[in-house]
Amino acid sequence: MTRIELTVNGEQRSAEVEPRLLLVHYLRETCGLRAANVGCDTTSCGACTVLLNDVSVKSCTVLAVQAAGMSVTTAEGLAPDGELHPVAAAFRQNHGLQCGFCTPGMVMAAVSLLAENPHPTEEEVREGLEGNFCRCTGYHNIVASVLDAADVLDPGGTRAAGVSA
Amino acid sequence: MSILGTRVLRTEDPRFLTTGGVYTEDVVDDRLAGACHVFFVRSPLAHARINGIDVSATLSAPGVIAAYSGADLADLPAIPPMMSGLINAEMTRRLLAIDKVRYVGEPVAVVVTEHPYQGEDAIELVAIDYDPMPPVLGFELPADAPLLFEAAGTNVAGELGNESSLQPDLFDGCEVVVSRTIVNQRVAPAPMETRAAAAAWSTDGRLTAWIPNQGAQGTRAELAELLGLDQSQVRVITPDVGGAFGAKFGADPEHAVVAWVARRLGRPARWTETRYENLISMTHGRGQQHTITIGGSRDGDVRAYRLQIIQDAGSYPRIGAILPYLTIMMTTGPYDIPRAEAIAKSVVTTTTPVGAYRGAGRPEATAAIERAMDLFAAEIGVDPAQVRRKNLLPAFAQPHRTAFGALYDTGDYVAGLDKALEAAGYAQLRKEQADRRASRDVRQLGIGLSSYVEITGMGDGPESPPTENASVEVHPDGTATILTGTSPHGQGHATAWAMLASDELGIPVEKITLKWGDTDLIPEGGGTGGSRSLQQGGAAVQQASRELLEVARERAAASLEANQADLVFDRTRSAFAVAGDPEASVPLSDLAAAERLVVRTVFSAPGATFPFGTHVAVVEVDTETGKPTLLRMITVDDAGVVLNPLLAEGQRHGGIAQGAAQAFVEEVVYDADGNPLTASFADYPFLSATEVPSFELAEMQTPTTYNPLGVKGIGEAGTIGATPAVQNAVIDAVAHLGVRHIDMPATSRRVWQALREAAALSGSEDT
Amino acid sequence: MIPAPFDYVAAQSPEHALELLAEHGDDAKLLAGGHSLLPMMKLRLATPAVLIDIGRLSELAGITADDGELVIGATTRHADLAAAELARSQAPLLAHAAALVGDPQIRHRGTIGGSLSHADPAADLPMALLALGGRVELTGPDGVRTVSADDFFVGFFETVLRPQEMLTAVRVARKPGVPWGYQKFVRRANDWAIVGVAAVDGRVALANMGSRPLRATAAEQAMADGASAAEAAELAAEGTSPGEDIHADREYRAHLARVLTRRALEHQR
Repeated sequence: MTRIELTVNGEQRSAEVEPRLLLVHYLRETCGLRAANVGCDTTSCGACTVLLNDVSVKSCTVLAVQAAGMSVTTAEGLAPDGELHPVAAAFRQNHGLQCGFCTPGMVMAAVSLLAENPHPTEEEVREGLEGNFCRCTGYHNIVASVLDAADVLDPGGTRAAGVSA
Repeated sequence: MSILGTRVLRTEDPRFLTTGGVYTEDVVDDRLAGACHVFFVRSPLAHARINGIDVSATLSAPGVIAAYSGADLADLPAIPPMMSGLINAEMTRRLLAIDKVRYVGEPVAVVVTEHPYQGEDAIELVAIDYDPMPPVLGFELPADAPLLFEAAGTNVAGELGNESSLQPDLFDGCEVVVSRTIVNQRVAPAPMETRAAAAAWSTDGRLTAWIPNQGAQGTRAELAELLGLDQSQVRVITPDVGGAFGAKFGADPEHAVVAWVARRLGRPARWTETRYENLISMTHGRGQQHTITIGGSRDGDVRAYRLQIIQDAGSYPRIGAILPYLTIMMTTGPYDIPRAEAIAKSVVTTTTPVGAYRGAGRPEATAAIERAMDLFAAEIGVDPAQVRRKNLLPAFAQPHRTAFGALYDTGDYVAGLDKALEAAGYAQLRKEQADRRASRDVRQLGIGLSSYVEITGMGDGPESPPTENASVEVHPDGTATILTGTSPHGQGHATAWAMLASDELGIPVEKITLKWGDTDLIPEGGGTGGSRSLQQGGAAVQQASRELLEVARERAAASLEANQADLVFDRTRSAFAVAGDPEASVPLSDLAAAERLVVRTVFSAPGATFPFGTHVAVVEVDTETGKPTLLRMITVDDAGVVLNPLLAEGQRHGGIAQGAAQAFVEEVVYDADGNPLTASFADYPFLSATEVPSFELAEMQTPTTYNPLGVKGIGEAGTIGATPAVQNAVIDAVAHLGVRHIDMPATSRRVWQALREAAALSGSEDT
Repeated sequence: MIPAPFDYVAAQSPEHALELLAEHGDDAKLLAGGHSLLPMMKLRLATPAVLIDIGRLSELAGITADDGELVIGATTRHADLAAAELARSQAPLLAHAAALVGDPQIRHRGTIGGSLSHADPAADLPMALLALGGRVELTGPDGVRTVSADDFFVGFFETVLRPQEMLTAVRVARKPGVPWGYQKFVRRANDWAIVGVAAVDGRVALANMGSRPLRATAAEQAMADGASAAEAAELAAEGTSPGEDIHADREYRAHLARVLTRRALEHQR
């Protein structure tokens, strides 16, 4: 067992963990944060996406011990007071979710994408979400949600291919 | 103004976007405290006899509570094939295989552990001695193929007609006859949430099972049957469900085994399968071979069509084995073809059982006839749009009975085609295609069409009226609760059903709660599948709301000491008022406070409805590498009146992407030994956002008269219309180079091979 | 799916990591981003007894330049390499390859050292390094040795790395303004290449055309002899031995190698 200390959604946490414990299982079972889901075995689907030190990672392919000393943000952490985060709000506004299983991971991937590229083109959004699978929406409304969120987050910005923050 | 027809945002979303849905694995419940974890040991061989199973090493592994094999469950009855009237009754299975395994992934044993991580370690220690047998794969099985079920004496699970029933003169008088054998390949439903279960028994011997499903009542019935229980002993609860696509109807053997383990050990048990398990042991979809023959005149009049189907049912016949029944019913699709016939045969193979997958039988029919139309058009050198227009049934106002027993309720297929062509800019596309062909562009343009009609909201049989129940209750605090027999898993019923009740009762959507999927709360229901929910479940909600208003009117009259006839219902206040005296009024909430205000009703429809439309796919093919790229999808999907465009469009989008994916990438592949080669998301080509464009939806609404809402089903339009459109587009892109057909999935390699073969035939180097 | 049990040690310094490697030998694996190793461990295709975590060693991360070469620390993440102005200007092919690895989440975690050590013949960075004629620094108990990309990859997921060595840095010649071409043929954007081609400065490297990243030597020779891009590309598959899988057979891979090599040579940036 290994002792880890880390920050989860702004809260300092400490735990004794088996080295092989995956971050996603630490979040779900130890912290009770079950928004991130496991959708595959092969780092393909992105349903488990969370932010690790503010960038998107697949928490099924990060050991909890690797996150020691770092800061983790899950979908729950985007809405500390129950208010929808602007990206989440855009998903609702644009019907960017159906069954909801991919949604927390998709939203976290979108948050990370917009932090790196605040005004992506449609093509950049699609490429930026290539690591997140959705079976319900055909991606149409997810892409619309992310483009909409970009406008909401930074209304004055302009969209230009290849330009990033 | 009515809320119906407007883009009401989903009331279910905030939860999904903050704490996430509560799927079966997420369920926290006192009844599940101290649950053990069940892991399945699955067959690594496609076909083998089991000589022995040794679990002793497993039992001493850390955390292992127990391990069981088929012998431990032998007292449970063998499971008959689904629809045993149509299917060879000897093709039975066991919850855990006993003598033989018949597909890679078949559950053979279970190991039960304290912690989930221990289970993955422990299942590696179960030793099973197999005696391998030859696999049985493909559609046209050789006469000497080994039998999956010796007692059955055949690998044919069932037949609908046979070769001897075909009419030898069907194509007499046709100037042109084209025939081809094509494959509608096996695909994986692959919902994002895999299968799961949680089971707990109460002291009175009653089972509570949490299972992701598409209809708790049907799941309860199957689970009870698998366990040899009376339905009254089983309660099924439906947590949030992360997608289903037809593959979560009913109960699977694994669900029953989890319940059995919980009873045997006297403690609750849980199971969540891995994606690997999901891709090899959740039912697959499609899996048909079609021999299509089409004949007609040189000017484009189709006179005769024949469809011969072989269904690969997989190892144990489930719903997939009888889906050819629906395929046959839709043989001629939206076309008026004077002579047509269809036969089908289902065979068992040493592969994962085939079940329902979004469209279930109808996409196969559409793919066959739409490919046939294009083959015919190519043969006579006439534009495929023109051939379609010439042969589509004219608009009809009275239901149209087809030769295959389907009764099309309402339709205007030509209008749908024309609208789609116009939205696509068809003439301009053909011009661009001609330019690219003339300039021998490396990237050639393909335009593919698919006109379809499909069945939604079918009852148990073609003549049995489909029904659904709903209850609506108004509470003293002014809120309302709806109970429904449908089972949403992404479709947005909580919002849509609330809209329907709100429109009648004047209660805001946010104050209306929908409940579903708990068999103790809602003992009856047909669930969600076959695109039935709105037209029956939604109609039931509207009917219940109206009936509730009648009950309320009676009570309001008494309360206000007025004549019922003098009362008007004021939706803005959710209150009855005396006409001309708005001060004399009583809100529904007050009536509910005085006496419980609740109505349950059953809506019954005269029959299934038949939505229709046309999809246009625009594809670019790199003729050097063979790679197809989907550039545009333009669709008309006429499912009658639209209740909430936001939700209806979402259903179309998702279906289009899934349908397109079948056309150009998705396929479950087995090697010659019957080993699955697509058992992970690294290998099974689940599409990402980069492989599809945004979709262009054109609107058309032809109401049905089969329900007061005028609605038909929209859930499966995408996978029915898009697949043939994309396939036809890929072929169209290279048709001028001599290619007539490419089987799905039209992968880069297949397109390249087709180009090479066409070039070899024409003696040209021009690939 | 989860890995089999193992012991975990976080290395405190590169030297500490080497000591741990010496102590555990074959039983140990280095863990940096974990995006090559952990997926294999979850499928139990790899079951190391000990993981030595070098992911936090800041000494091993970062991009610097000396007179002639760009030096990339082994634990530099793909996203950082792809975004680094120094890499984009001095070795744009490498930065481009890093931007195509996996998907954004994988690029946020995966490291260049991990990817090269993993030596997947279908991967982007091994092919890119080979095309650039780069070198890797391998540090062991006896010090540092530098091995060229041509010699580093020896087989299917196999390199000349010894059990007690670790890849500590990557060196590529600075080539600002030198045209380069990159072609990655995939089924899905986030897939490994069915065939990949990287071309720069007279060198052509191929991904997934054999058990290791390969150079299209016949095509390179033809170019050196003055052949056109199209003529040279016709020789791209010579000497290769591609495998067969559900995406492509040998013939199709050879064909793709020729087409993509021509495109990589004709469409240079």
